Amino acid sequence: MKSKLLIMKERLQMAKLIKRRAVVANDWNILTLAEGTPPAAARLPYGDVLVPLAVWQARKWDLIQRQWNDGGQGNRLGIWLAPTDDPLTLAGDLEDLDVIAVHFPAVGDGRGYSIARMLRSRLGYRGELRAIGAVERDYLHFLERVGFDAFEIEGDESVLDSFDTFSVAYQPTTIPGSWQHEVAA
Amino acid sequence: MYAYNDIDRRIVAERVTQFRDQTRRYLAGELTEDQFRPLRLQNGLYYEKHNPLLRIAIPYGQLSSKQLRTLARITRIYDRGYGHFTTRHNLQLNWVRVDRVPEILAELAEVDMHSIQSCGNCIRVVTADPLAGVSPSEIADPRPWAELFRQWATLHPEFATLPRKFKVAFSGGPDDAASTRIHDLGFEMLKDTAGNPGFRVWAGGGLGRTPILGRMVRDFLPAAELLNYSEALLRVYNLQGRRDNLYKSRLKVLVQSLGAEEFSRRVEAEWTHLRGGPLTLTPERIAAVMAHFAAPAYENLPHCDARFELARRSDKGFAAWVASNVHAHRVPGYAAVTLSLKRPGKAPGDASAQTMEAAADLAERFGFGELRTSQTQNLILPDVKKSDLYNLWQEAKKFGLATATVGLLADVVACPGGDYCSLAYARTLPVVAEIQARFSSQTELADIGPLRLNISGCVNACGHHHVGDIGILGINKAGEEHYQIILGGRSTAPAAIGKVIGPSVSAAEVPEVVARIVAHYRACRYPKENFSDTLRRIGISSFMSAAYAIEEQTFDNEREVANG
Repeated sequence: MKSKLLIMKERLQMAKLIKRRAVVANDWNILTLAEGTPPAAARLPYGDVLVPLAVWQARKWDLIQRQWNDGGQGNRLGIWLAPTDDPLTLAGDLEDLDVIAVHFPAVGDGRGYSIARMLRSRLGYRGELRAIGAVERDYLHFLERVGFDAFEIEGDESVLDSFDTFSVAYQPTTIPGSWQHEVAA
Repeated sequence: MYAYNDIDRRIVAERVTQFRDQTRRYLAGELTEDQFRPLRLQNGLYYEKHNPLLRIAIPYGQLSSKQLRTLARITRIYDRGYGHFTTRHNLQLNWVRVDRVPEILAELAEVDMHSIQSCGNCIRVVTADPLAGVSPSEIADPRPWAELFRQWATLHPEFATLPRKFKVAFSGGPDDAASTRIHDLGFEMLKDTAGNPGFRVWAGGGLGRTPILGRMVRDFLPAAELLNYSEALLRVYNLQGRRDNLYKSRLKVLVQSLGAEEFSRRVEAEWTHLRGGPLTLTPERIAAVMAHFAAPAYENLPHCDARFELARRSDKGFAAWVASNVHAHRVPGYAAVTLSLKRPGKAPGDASAQTMEAAADLAERFGFGELRTSQTQNLILPDVKKSDLYNLWQEAKKFGLATATVGLLADVVACPGGDYCSLAYARTLPVVAEIQARFSSQTELADIGPLRLNISGCVNACGHHHVGDIGILGINKAGEEHYQIILGGRSTAPAAIGKVIGPSVSAAEVPEVVARIVAHYRACRYPKENFSDTLRRIGISSFMSAAYAIEEQTFDNEREVANG
């Protein structure tokens, strides 16, 4: 069973993590299911982990218990959504998750932006919302404005400048009072 | 017209700064070609056959004389002294240099213009009736709504990376001069029984490889809900539109595959969560934008102007120009005038810097310093006093802006074709020139009457060949330029997609085929019957036979029977 598991350690793992416009340590493991692996059979790695939606749905209780056993130290738990996942299925689970990540398979695949909007506006999710995958500096201001507050991204500190590309916007932001810019009247 | 405030200016200025940095990083090798592509496209910068092309946005076709002068200046400094007006309120510069584009954008920003979202997989430049606000048949002026939509759609964070391009049009009334049904999203102005403004909403139209007319997805949308509803519709498209196949990713494919009813149901379901929310347009916000489109200081004039009527009777050339290029105005004593950008031997929609400056002068001398760009690649002066028409005509003639063919066969709509475009299979401009040469008699053109001829150099249909009375599509047949002939299309109400009538023909044969089709129409039409009505009445096969000159036998036989 182990052989069917794949823990992505390479690109995403190495990428910088920006949280609320500051670079922080990135200790997160991202669990991906190899094709054909039943979600219930996935073996969980130690430490902080993002699991696919299917694993969360199949093993919710295990995952929550794993955090309790840990006494709340380390072992943070999050899930990551693929562009085809329905964020509304998380309606009752938001309080059990430290992080919700949304995966961008390519820069031009904009489904993750709408997923973020639905999590923030529709479900009222206030926890960490992280963009992973094809995340590039020229899109950070858009990503932040739909509600992402964490980003796995390659590059040096200068990427942080991209958040300030625009000081005003025509659209209201998703999270009132937090990471918003001035809105055009 | 709409005047930018500090926020509009800041957004455009910050966009220039952003693009300047992106261009710098690209030229320094910090951004790869693949990384730069989507960034430059969303700024209207294409890489074309010979050179990069910059597409400048003219939202809902509204242009001040000052802006037009700046455009002229830009073509002189950064290009070859001319530009190309497209079918969707854009001006294209064909010969720009990538490293100088940020400078162009900075110059545009000085006059509240930009090229934001004029290309790429995003919400494109919003279009509207070229006669919005002055047309006597409109239900309400669509421009304030188009402007509210423009603001909301500009740099919208959620909809910057859609499955494919997304085109939106606003029409002021039932004539649908904005061609809403060939757009991804079309808003047709309506009023409910209490007189409140709203829209009939059409979705999923588009030309290209698979031309489809938009389907009605809502019969009445209260105007205050414009942005809430748009957000719902765009979200459904963003999440559910196909992304696996470039040719199946337009909204039209989603609407077709779900069916208009199911698509509409999904949008409505999304909308229930947004309705009445923060994007609802308040009466104050609507009034503030409407104030920008208040009528200019019209004079109180009689309906008729004696000098104008006299000139029309005494000068045939003027009368012909009035008949085709002068349009009715809702205010007595005024008219709207098309300054034609169609001259034999010139690419349709092309305008030199000198022409643009002349048009700007005319807009100031004979109007309120305001112009429009039209879907048929012409410029329009929206407010001319009838008493000034004769003088305007004489001035416009000096600059080649008075070709009296608006709405007639020689007012050809064309994409740049194989001479410029790397996608084209065939050239369009030489074919246009041949057709215009063949139909150069004003008397003949006037007798033929209103007839729209559209030509595209490839299936992407930038020349809207599916929606001309006569459409011509350039194809590649065993390495040679060939042209398909399409009949019966129409982009305004009642919209229709044309049908291919038979085998393609060579470039040399096109004018003859067009001439036969026109001759057949003239022979068969009832008095004052337009082309599409004649076509519908006698059937496309009759035109098919005429076009390929295989009909004489059949028709002689029929006549014999009829006579016998």
